[in-house]
Amino acid sequence: MHLLRTDSGADGRDSRPPVSEQIPLGLTAPSMDHLDQLEAQSIYIFREAFGRLKKIALLWSLGKDSNVMIWLARKAFFGRLPFPALHVDTGKKFPEMYRFRDHYGKEWDLDLRVEPCPPIDAVDATLPPAARSAARKTEGLKMALGKFGFDGLIAGIRRDEEATRAKERVFSPRGLEGNWDVRDQPPEFWDHFNASPPQGAHLRIHPILHWTESDIWAYTKRENIPIIPLYLSQNGKRYRSLGDQDITNPVASTASNIDEILIELEQTKVPERAGRALDHETEDAFERLRVAGYL
Amino acid sequence: MNMIVTPASPATPNGTTRPQVRIVIVGHVDHGKSTLVGRLLHETGSLPDGKLEMLKAVSARRGMPFEWSFLLDALQTERDQGITIDTTQIRFRTNSRDIVLIDAPGHAEFLRNMITGASQADGAVLIIDALEGVRDQTRRHGYLLHLLGVKQVAVVVNKMDRVDFSADRFNEISDEISAHLQGLGVKPTAVIPISARDGDGVAERTDRIGWYKGPTVVEALDQLEPARPLEALALRLPVQAIYKFDDRRIVAGRIESGSLIAGDEVVIMPAGKIAKIKTVESWPVTPVAGRQGAGRSVGITLDRELFIERGDIIAHTNAAPRETRRLRARIFWLHDKPLAKGDQLLVRCGPKESRATVVAIEKAVDPGELSSVENKAIGRNHVGEIDISLSNPIATDPYTENPRTGRLVIEVSGRIAGGGLVLSVDAGQRAVPVDIVPVESALRLDERSARYRHNGAVVWLTGLPASGKSTLAKALERRLFTNGGSPILLDGDTVRAGLNSDLGFSAADRSENIRRLAEVATHLARNGHIAIVAAVSPAREDRAAARRIADTAFREIHVATPAGICEERDPKGHYKKARAGALASFTGIGNDYETPQAAELVIDTSTRTVADAADEIERMLKTTGVLFDELVDLAANI
Ligand SMILES: Nc1nc2c(ncn2[C@@H]2O[C@H](COP(=O)(O)OP(=O)(O)O)[C@@H](O)[C@H]2O)c(=O)[nH]1
Ligand SMILES: [Mg+2]
Repeated sequence: MHLLRTDSGADGRDSRPPVSEQIPLGLTAPSMDHLDQLEAQSIYIFREAFGRLKKIALLWSLGKDSNVMIWLARKAFFGRLPFPALHVDTGKKFPEMYRFRDHYGKEWDLDLRVEPCPPIDAVDATLPPAARSAARKTEGLKMALGKFGFDGLIAGIRRDEEATRAKERVFSPRGLEGNWDVRDQPPEFWDHFNASPPQGAHLRIHPILHWTESDIWAYTKRENIPIIPLYLSQNGKRYRSLGDQDITNPVASTASNIDEILIELEQTKVPERAGRALDHETEDAFERLRVAGYL
Repeated sequence: MNMIVTPASPATPNGTTRPQVRIVIVGHVDHGKSTLVGRLLHETGSLPDGKLEMLKAVSARRGMPFEWSFLLDALQTERDQGITIDTTQIRFRTNSRDIVLIDAPGHAEFLRNMITGASQADGAVLIIDALEGVRDQTRRHGYLLHLLGVKQVAVVVNKMDRVDFSADRFNEISDEISAHLQGLGVKPTAVIPISARDGDGVAERTDRIGWYKGPTVVEALDQLEPARPLEALALRLPVQAIYKFDDRRIVAGRIESGSLIAGDEVVIMPAGKIAKIKTVESWPVTPVAGRQGAGRSVGITLDRELFIERGDIIAHTNAAPRETRRLRARIFWLHDKPLAKGDQLLVRCGPKESRATVVAIEKAVDPGELSSVENKAIGRNHVGEIDISLSNPIATDPYTENPRTGRLVIEVSGRIAGGGLVLSVDAGQRAVPVDIVPVESALRLDERSARYRHNGAVVWLTGLPASGKSTLAKALERRLFTNGGSPILLDGDTVRAGLNSDLGFSAADRSENIRRLAEVATHLARNGHIAIVAAVSPAREDRAAARRIADTAFREIHVATPAGICEERDPKGHYKKARAGALASFTGIGNDYETPQAAELVIDTSTRTVADAADEIERMLKTTGVLFDELVDLAANI
């Protein structure tokens, strides 16, 4: 058996010299640093999502990650966001977050859609309190999906945030109920994405899955992307992750600018979502939420 | 508003200059992949505070002994069953590297997830249980690493505690796996004895493996290199989309190899249209100056309006990819239903997609088995080589020339079902529509060449009207025939009277005229004849298309008689008519003849006799392997 013959065309069909011998050397481009590579990959994903799906929206949670996403999308599409930015609003965000949304929604010329979540009674009562509150958001998301008929939702989750997110695909198919079938994720390799959701179902697209919390901050700084001031230390505390007011807690920190945040992250061993109550209620609370369609 | 716009300040402290290496851990189920990953995180101090305690609590709650694998096997079902279902990624640091560890499932059922993980890796650690030794998934994973293009592989022999840290057992396994990998063209960077559970060999060479002098796992990881962008190869910019958000028409895509800069002359394949890059567009600053290299997602504008679509490839004119409707690929197959001859699929080569038919299956085997039984169809999780016929022409490269563009994936019902490497492209073969079965000749090529004493070829004479193409063509035809060959003349004017009588002289009709000439000539050449084409063929693009059709059989001769002399000769009176304005679209008196730049031969008939010129063509055909130099021993071929 000669499966591994590496010459091509033993029958003489390819007799040209290898391409590497055909081009002059010495013409080199400036090399890409780590952030350049992350950016190029995210832009590629955005363009695939926009090109292969019919109707997509970007989930704008107003946090550092989704702001970076909007920035990357504008890079991908030369200054504009050619699809709506969807804010599924629990009504319980910090006032600073609402101010930020209203300001930059205009300044960035976003097609902003704000969709409210259903009341808490409409949500699975067997979940612990914080998880139940988060599940509201999943319901809000489902309602928005039903209303607009999106076949793709762009979400700013990252592998380094949480163990079940680390197992995500870049294009992640959801069932008709918006659920995530972790036992049967399709293969995904070489930047070829499964982009054909079944009729009535949708895809989650994760353009910054490969970024880390430090990457987000380093890029925010390099590109001068605006942030909500709650991320910076005040009175010895800052928020590492911004969710609903009642289920998000600040962490002890003296980092009052991005450089200091980067140094802090370099040293800390506290996970990013430590301040998120819902991750810690039970061993599998977060997984259950995600399987049901939470981000 | 008190929004924060961050001030520019010194370089970030997070060490973005450290190389980041992505490493996948593969191997048979239960050989200790997840355990090794957990152990590595622990040994390098990379676990978040409280994580170890939490895991111990989880184990206790389940009444199970503590398992390092719980760190990564995050899903409830994974912990319940004690197996990894889907791939995951986790980060840590060694002395000189930022490492992204990719844990892959070892279970055959989840091979698709292993591939998903391993496809993102720069290097791999292949893990083998010291007691069990090399198993089928060990071999399968080794083979897939090769197909996925992962070339750096470190081998780890785990659970040495279960074989009393026996050097003999270690050497036995080391020899077996090294031989197997070498058969796949992979040389392991290290073979390391360890106990992932206890820590021996992971970050430290303990006494129990005192006989081992090589690197620890951490040291071996430190030596793996990140994959570099392929800047030294020829430019390949697959078109992802064309955007027209404003008055710019931006062609967007990621540079897979090579580099580009505004001003470059490029060819858009497979159509073969030529243009110049006008600008490189960007945001917030645009346009950007300077060279853009492999790995960048860019947007360019061109100096002319051409029809371009998603999946086209932009390349430099002197190093374009091949256009083809037929290729051979080595693939792995993940779908439940085996892949068989005649199956219809969707093939994706970068952003390009085409419907395709499997025309042949060869070497279908299970890479997990030692003795390879060849099958007719490629079963789930097996590999094989296939010939596919595409319904649309695509531009691609064999993977040996370009590992990025030379690979493809196969989709069945909208889901990725397999993938692999392009081994060769058959530039001359046209599409074989599903219900057309081409009839092959009864004769073999070597039978014909033994009789004619030449190989098939397309000798393409281009030049101004009255430059002497037809005269030369006829002289060459006579010469070859006298020597026992089989020349066939295809004169542009003659073919226009019949096959091409439906065509006029618009640019599109001229292109079609040339395409048909090239197709007919190529068919003759494939059957051993020397097709001599005499046609003005003024457009460089059209001639380039002809060369792509005939591929290696093509020999271009520029009959470069000066324009003044051609006009003087004017045997058919065309120049006179054209000067009088009575002959529209006549090539000759305008400057619409695009001079060839890389013809195999240039001949000026104003300075030499016809016999002389024919001699020279004959010499060229000899040196380029069309005519046999010596009289071959015919008897030897019978
Ligand atoms: N004795 C021994 N057991 C080990 C060692 N490494 C892993 N194991 C056990 O082997 C089993 C399978 O390990 P796991 O990491 O889940 O394997 P995977 O399927 O390759 O990820 C678990 O019960 C581990 O505790 C080792 O070095 N020595
Ligand atoms: Mg495992």
